[in-house]
Formats: sequence, C-alpha cells, structure tokens
Amino acid sequence: MKLNALFNRSLWVYHFNSGSCNGCEIEIVATLTPRYDPERFGIRLVGSPRHADVMLVTGPVVHRMKDRLLRVYQQIPDPKIVMCIGACGISGGVFYESYNLDGPVDEVIPVDVYVPGCPPRPEAIIHGVVKALEKLERLQGVEA
Amino acid sequence: MSGESKKAPYRVPIGPNHPALKEPVMFTFELEGEVVRDVDFAPGQAHRGIEWMGMRRNPVQIVHLTDRICGICGVVHSLSFSLAVEQIAGIEVPERADYIRTIVHEFERIQSHLLWAGVAAHELGFDSLLHLTWRVREEAMDVIENLTGNRVNYGIVQVGGVRRDIVPEQHAIIEKCLATYEGLLDTLLSFFLDDRTIRMRCRDVGVLSRKDALELCTVGPTARASGVNVDLRQDYPYAAYGDLDVKAVLPDRYLGETHGDVYDRIVVRLLEVGQSCQIIRQCLSEMPAGPITAEEKLVKLLATCKKATGEGIGRVEAPRGECLHYVRMEGKDSPASWKVKASSYSNLMSWIPMLRGSQIADIPIIVASIDPCLSCTDRVAIVRDSRRSILSKDDLHRLSVEKTRRLQG
Repeated sequence: MKLNALFNRSLWVYHFNSGSCNGCEIEIVATLTPRYDPERFGIRLVGSPRHADVMLVTGPVVHRMKDRLLRVYQQIPDPKIVMCIGACGISGGVFYESYNLDGPVDEVIPVDVYVPGCPPRPEAIIHGVVKALEKLERLQGVEA
Repeated sequence: MSGESKKAPYRVPIGPNHPALKEPVMFTFELEGEVVRDVDFAPGQAHRGIEWMGMRRNPVQIVHLTDRICGICGVVHSLSFSLAVEQIAGIEVPERADYIRTIVHEFERIQSHLLWAGVAAHELGFDSLLHLTWRVREEAMDVIENLTGNRVNYGIVQVGGVRRDIVPEQHAIIEKCLATYEGLLDTLLSFFLDDRTIRMRCRDVGVLSRKDALELCTVGPTARASGVNVDLRQDYPYAAYGDLDVKAVLPDRYLGETHGDVYDRIVVRLLEVGQSCQIIRQCLSEMPAGPITAEEKLVKLLATCKKATGEGIGRVEAPRGECLHYVRMEGKDSPASWKVKASSYSNLMSWIPMLRGSQIADIPIIVASIDPCLSCTDRVAIVRDSRRSILSKDDLHRLSVEKTRRLQG
C-alpha cells in the first residue's frame, strides 16, 4: 500500500441495506465512530448515492429490494466500487434457503470487494475499504 | 385522510431507502404546510422468511438463526426461543446458566440503549453526542466480546443453557465496565436532559398518551415513557430475574410527571442503563456455582428435543419491549410451528398518533424515538400489495385471530 497515492483523495461511501439483520449496519456505524475513526482518512458516509464512490451493500437482497438495489447502483457515478459486507450478502449466509431472496448480491450487481463475517468486525470493514481504495486507484489509472 | 376534501393532499413519500432511515421502511406523509396531517407506513421491506426456514431446521440450528433475526437484540430472540423449547422438552436449565443469560441480556440492553441514544442525538443534529455515546458504547461491546466471543450475534445461548462460562478473571473486566458506566451516567443524563436544544426538540413532541399506549399494545420503554407500568422482568420474571429486584423504570419517578413524549423516552432508556448496571452487579455477587448447560452433548440434546411434543411460549423483555416466541413441536426434528412477535411489531402502530399533527422536522426523531427494529419485525409484517399497507385495528385483529386458529390446527 502506497500512502501518497492512496490518500490523495477522500472516499465517500453510501450504505444500502438490502434486507439485512441490522448486525452489519451497527458495525458499519461503529466503524465510523471515534474508536476507529476512518474519517481521518477521508472515509465518510454520505446520504445520497450520487455523492458516493463506494457502495456498501449489506443483507441477502430480499425480493422487494432487488429493483431498488439496481436503481441505487445506477445512480452512483463511475468509477465506483461495490463492497459486499457480511456473509449473507456473499452467499445467503444463514438465510441461504429462503424463498424471498434474489441474492446473493453479486447475482444482482457486480461486486468488487467481499468482506466476510457475520457481521464483520469494524477492522475488517476498514480493511475492505482500503482494498476498495486500491482498486479505485487502479480503475482511475492513478500512478502509484 | 378523508377523500372528501376537494384540495388534493400533498403527499411526500419517504423511503424505503432514505438516509434518515437506518432500515428499509416506506412512509407516506400527508402534509398541510409544515404539519403532518396523516401518515401511512409500509414495513415488510426486509422480509427474509425466517420462520419458514426455521420450520426446516432443528432447534439447535434454529438458535443460531434466531441470533440473526436482529443484529441488535440477538440474545433476546435466542433466549426466548430457548425458553419455549425448554418448556416443551422439560429441560431444566442450571441456575448458573440463568445468571449468565441475565448478565449477557443486560449488557445487550446497555449497548442497545446507548446505540439508540446516539441515533436519537444524530436525528436531532447533535452529532458530537452521537460520537460520544457510541464511543462509550464500545466499552460494553468489549465486555460482550470478552464474554461471548462475538461483538454482534453473540451465539451464547443454547437450548438448555449457555455455551460459555464466566470465569473469575472476567469479573474484574465486567466490574471495570460497570464502574465506567455508573460514573458516566450522570454526565450522559445531563447532556441529554439539561441541554436546552434537546429539551426544546423533545419536550411535548411525539406525544403518546397513556390511553393510546394501552390501546395500541405498545411495549417496553415506549409504553413505560407513557406511564404504563409494564416490564416482563418485573411482571413475569424469567431466567434469574425472579431472584433479583427489578422495578419498571417510569419517567415520573425521576421527573415527577409523565408527558409520554420523546423526552420521557430518553429518560427511561438512560435510566435503564443504570438499572442494568445494578442488575449485572447483583448477578455477579449472587451467581451460584455449577454446570452451565443441562446437556453438554448436542446429539443427546437433539434427541431430547426430537422426542418432545407440545407447545411453549418464551417471553423476554427485549431492550425495545416484550419479545415473544411461540413454538410447537410434534415429535419431529423441526418444530411444527414457530411464531415470533418482536417488540417493534407492537410498537410500530404508535407512530401514527405520535406523528399526526407534528412538524416535518420532527419526523426523524419521532420515528427513531420508539427505537424501531424493522429487521425484527419484517419477518412477520403482512404486506399484500403496496397500496394496502396499513392494516386497521380490526384487520390486525382478524388476521391475528386467523393465525391463532391456524396454529391451533
């Protein structure tokens, strides 16, 4: 990881709940609060997908959320990174056999970074964002 | 809103995904200027079919599914499900396990109430207070992680007991955390209650009268803030609560009067943090020695559950109010029927009287004030089509009766 190139701009994230149990939401908010404080690296949660660089998707994509997930995904300007947080977004997790799932997430939208865990620890989420940063830099062709 | 009015009502849809909402729910507000005339909401956006899945798994597996009904109140669901199954199978839970369950349960209440306090501060635009409460909340998360191995979705409760013991070295860690909170409580109370802005934003906002609270069957802090003296820990003790001295926290005991507004809900929740500290301390000093589970071998436990027939109900006072699990076993691996009533399910209807007549700007804090937990609720919410999203009391009653009849077979 090369600090100069990576931290030359801030990364804004938008969080989308696609039918999660709330565990990942809580950990995402816990990640943003003073104990971990990723805002010192410019990582912050924004309210509109149009302002975001990264989309955090939690939950197994329940039926009613599929269309909304697609629409929100399209609203995020390119280049964008999609992070899938939590086991149920990656594989369905404990909900794998439910009749109401249209997921996992990568069957609906392309996913760049997977953060496993049920729910993942804040450190894991930050690690995921750093991975996302590296990928975003590559996409934008920034010289390291 | 009545359709007779000639003026077209001004409708503002909010949700299902909206930055002010932490979870998906769809609101439709009917506005007249700045005032909310009527409100309609459609939950069920996060329905995952958990009960359906549960009926295909055995009780030992379901306990881990119940953890994931809701990420905030995990132990509540697994505890009430276990209580129901233990009731059916006649499993006697060792006393020590009851105490450990109570301790983890109360730590969950502490972190949940602090979480809520932070969200409430955020909805009021008081972000520094959000960060402060979430920073102190991490202390409880550390202890929970130390006790259970997980920060969220603890997985400590199992049918017949708990999966981890509390060893003497952990007493010091718990004690340190309790001392921190007891020292902080006065600071938090003064931040929230003596602040002029918070008082102006919360006093007499989102009022739920005692009569409405009773009629809408609200539970937990929402009901207690309206002066309804309900608390399962006091009324129908479970786990170790029978041995402990728990009294429902009512706002008039602290402030001398009950308004039933958002301010009172803050009072109740913050005081309950202090109450939980006392309960945990009492549990630690009175905890008996002994085994932590009735049956260590899971295969044997499964065999016992498989043989069991009958029905059981587990009721637990969640941070948000009463949580109820109904289970019926018919001598098979998986339960014949499983029904969950989460606390927010009882509380959601109270939004309507609270929001009617309020200002648009007060919507977020009023919505947040009942501490809604939609992932709990959305397993059961009945949404047939998007237009008919509110069910009248009669409809709810009819559906409820139908479901009861169906469960009775």
